[in-house]
Amino acid sequence: MAVPFAFFAVFFAYPVTAIVGRGLKADGSWQFGRIGDVLSRPDILHILWFTSWQACASTGLTLLIALPGAYVFARFDFPCKQLLHAVATVPFVLPTVVVGTAFLALLGRGGLLDQLWGVRLDTTVWAILLAHVFFNYAVVVRTVGGLWAQLDPRQEEAARVLGASRFAAWRRVTLPALTPAVAAAALMVFLFTFTSFGVVQILGGPTFSTLEVEIYRETAELLDLPTAAVLTLVQFAAVGAILALHAWTVRRRETALSLVDPAQTARRPRGAAQWTLVGGVLAVITVLILLPLGVLVARSLDGPGGYGFTFYRALQSQGAGGGTFLVPPVAAIWNSVRYALAATGIALAVGGLAAAALTRRAGRLVRGFDALLMLPLGVSAVTVGFGFLITLDKPPLDLRSSWILVPLAQALVGVPFVVRTMLPVLRAVDGRLREAAAVLGASPLRAWREVDLPMVRRALLVAAGFAFAVSLGEFGATAFIARPDNPTLPVAVARLLGRAGELNYGQAMALSTILMLVCAVSLLVLERIRTERSGEF
Amino acid sequence: MSTTKRARTSGRTLPTRKLAVTALAAALGVSTLAACGGSGDSGSGAKNSKVVTLVSHDSFAASPAVLKEFTKETGYTVHVLKSGDAGAALNQEILSKGSPRGDVFFGVDNTLLSRALDNELFTPYQAKGLDQVDSGVQLDAAKHRVTPIDSGDLCVNYDKKYFADHKIAPPRSFDDLIKPQYKNLLVTENVATSSPGLGFMLGTVAKYGSDGWQAYWKKLKANGVKVDDGWEQAYNNDFSGSAGGKKAKGDRPLVVSYASSPPAEVLYAKPQPKTAPTGVATSTCFRQIEFAGLLDGARNEAGGKALIDFLISKKFQEDMPLNMFVDPVVKGAKEPAVFTEFGAKVTAPETVAPGTIAKNRDQWVKSWSSIVLK
Repeated sequence: MAVPFAFFAVFFAYPVTAIVGRGLKADGSWQFGRIGDVLSRPDILHILWFTSWQACASTGLTLLIALPGAYVFARFDFPCKQLLHAVATVPFVLPTVVVGTAFLALLGRGGLLDQLWGVRLDTTVWAILLAHVFFNYAVVVRTVGGLWAQLDPRQEEAARVLGASRFAAWRRVTLPALTPAVAAAALMVFLFTFTSFGVVQILGGPTFSTLEVEIYRETAELLDLPTAAVLTLVQFAAVGAILALHAWTVRRRETALSLVDPAQTARRPRGAAQWTLVGGVLAVITVLILLPLGVLVARSLDGPGGYGFTFYRALQSQGAGGGTFLVPPVAAIWNSVRYALAATGIALAVGGLAAAALTRRAGRLVRGFDALLMLPLGVSAVTVGFGFLITLDKPPLDLRSSWILVPLAQALVGVPFVVRTMLPVLRAVDGRLREAAAVLGASPLRAWREVDLPMVRRALLVAAGFAFAVSLGEFGATAFIARPDNPTLPVAVARLLGRAGELNYGQAMALSTILMLVCAVSLLVLERIRTERSGEF
Repeated sequence: MSTTKRARTSGRTLPTRKLAVTALAAALGVSTLAACGGSGDSGSGAKNSKVVTLVSHDSFAASPAVLKEFTKETGYTVHVLKSGDAGAALNQEILSKGSPRGDVFFGVDNTLLSRALDNELFTPYQAKGLDQVDSGVQLDAAKHRVTPIDSGDLCVNYDKKYFADHKIAPPRSFDDLIKPQYKNLLVTENVATSSPGLGFMLGTVAKYGSDGWQAYWKKLKANGVKVDDGWEQAYNNDFSGSAGGKKAKGDRPLVVSYASSPPAEVLYAKPQPKTAPTGVATSTCFRQIEFAGLLDGARNEAGGKALIDFLISKKFQEDMPLNMFVDPVVKGAKEPAVFTEFGAKVTAPETVAPGTIAKNRDQWVKSWSSIVLK
């Protein structure tokens, strides 16, 4: 409890309070009148309305499209399942710049839809919604599917034996068990879409703006700290309300479940209906995820003089991007992986401890802490980044030009994921097992290792995957603190896209493709990690 | 009974894990310290004064060879910190005024200059060799708080192939852009979020005056101007003349970009074409000048001064164009062949005084948004 608390106090609460304080304080006194001033501006109200509206719509759409996917991944075995599972997570790490490009190729002018039916969705709200689904598909599939795969199907069967209809059995047995995970997934998707920045900026054009975009503008471009501070508080309030709603939904829903090894629950689909379902999910993944990704790959290979690896070869030269980097862009791969490993380590340590603390204790204080841990998802990168700038500037904490800032900032975003994926599983572990172990003479550590660890191992891996992926694709904070001699992949992509000329554009596409591969491979490796003891319990 | 046991359990497990985390944190901390001190030098305090830190925006670029040259001449190693676009980078310096992250800031342009000067970011310093710098770009000649380093022109670029195919002459001036034959052809950037967009708007302010530019934009909007949020979007996606736009089947043959974009299209194409695929409408230009200044409170003032001197040396000035696609400001600095061959000569760019920009900027941006985006 103490470690995560200290981490959040120093690297989140303190910087954010400082930057908000600077905006709301004038001549040493708080100017709360500014809140009313800002909130009575019609343009701000319009932004607020649009932000909430599109977040609700995106979340609903994502759940609608991704829940069948979660079921299929949890309960069925089919060819290339592991690969697809990893690929479905790839969008999550792509820099929004790249996603925007891919989506325009799909929905925009001369895109696939345009060629087939003459439909153009770019600069409509649909492009934003679909891009959000593309981004967050994996969140739902991983959080819900991860738990679903471990639910014992025999419980449902028992209900059927006792005379329940198929639907009733599902509604009474499986659904309640899944509720916390679904709620957690919905919460995360909502937070993500509520604070969406890059997607809205690229696909929405100047017509649509979210709070996050507005906060960035007021802070970074206009240096209008008072307005930015008010908007940050509004975002805080909104996120707080969402978290409260979430807590209220899942309270007392998290019961001890009997979890089984996921390998036993998945089987090959039988019969037309099941095959149709699997086929449908695969079709959705193909259209929604593989196509946009495919466009990027195609563009990265579509060099001058036909298809080939021209752009990839160019990436290895020192002069690529004409001196923008002091290293060949290829070096960015190693940088990204290094940062991501560090960030994952920090996020797992902090998030794991927090989740453990939250499982063992109950009470209002703890619930408050739980909510606190989620807040970084609802605070814009620019607020945190600028907060770092004005707070971490004195020894011993003068970290402003240190590389550790990057993984720290990324871990802030990773921790909520770790907590959210670990908590449902940890809470589902039956406490009596631990007591039994203790009675039989196991030391607390041993009891934890033998009882908790096997059950949460999978959740831990999922959590690590998320933290790693978040860190790989994180762009906001990194853009402020990465040095040119160690750019990360997203930063390198953005910088290449920011220069004219075919080679630069092609290299940006090639780097994006490499980023996808790095992510997919890392996730695949993670999924393969199986210890010698398969979780039998 | 069981609860007490559980409480005790948690009480005894946590420290063990806490230790592990503390160890991890300590390890991270140690490596951080090592990373801070040990980057590029032996890390001892005395050596550190041999490092000079340049804070800049994302577009800063220089050949490693030239930076090594600087080290050879002066003994200082350059560290570059980039932090976001020009506006964001400057605002971060303003926020951390007094305890700057570096010694020299590069990349404040004439549209942001007043904000930087009003915030007293810089220590005055008259660079060696300033007499060789074109006097037209020395906007702070009285006090020398900033030194001009480069200039560049924001102009409408056109797709040569489109206008040849349609047998229309490409536009040349602001007045041309509102003519019916160029309806629905232009894409520009959001003034609020993009510096090319802002420059283009300032160009119209200079051309039509502070009370006439809104009327011009109303006509431009009626003529179907499209607005993207950023340059990348406009240039690489919607503009039909760029390499990216060709692939994305861009349908706008006119875009607000730089006078140096055509040379970039040539230089970064394989094989390099005989003529640039794009051209520049030379009477639609706004001149941007970028400055560097010695940051107030710099830890290495001597190194910072040496670096500013170096930035206006011929060596750096001649290396700069192909890295940042800007023009040198020092007399006699040779432009690369690509520039002279494929670039456009902008003879009479529009300008607006930095003070005027600072005073009216927010109002102009608001007014532009309400005309064009609504």
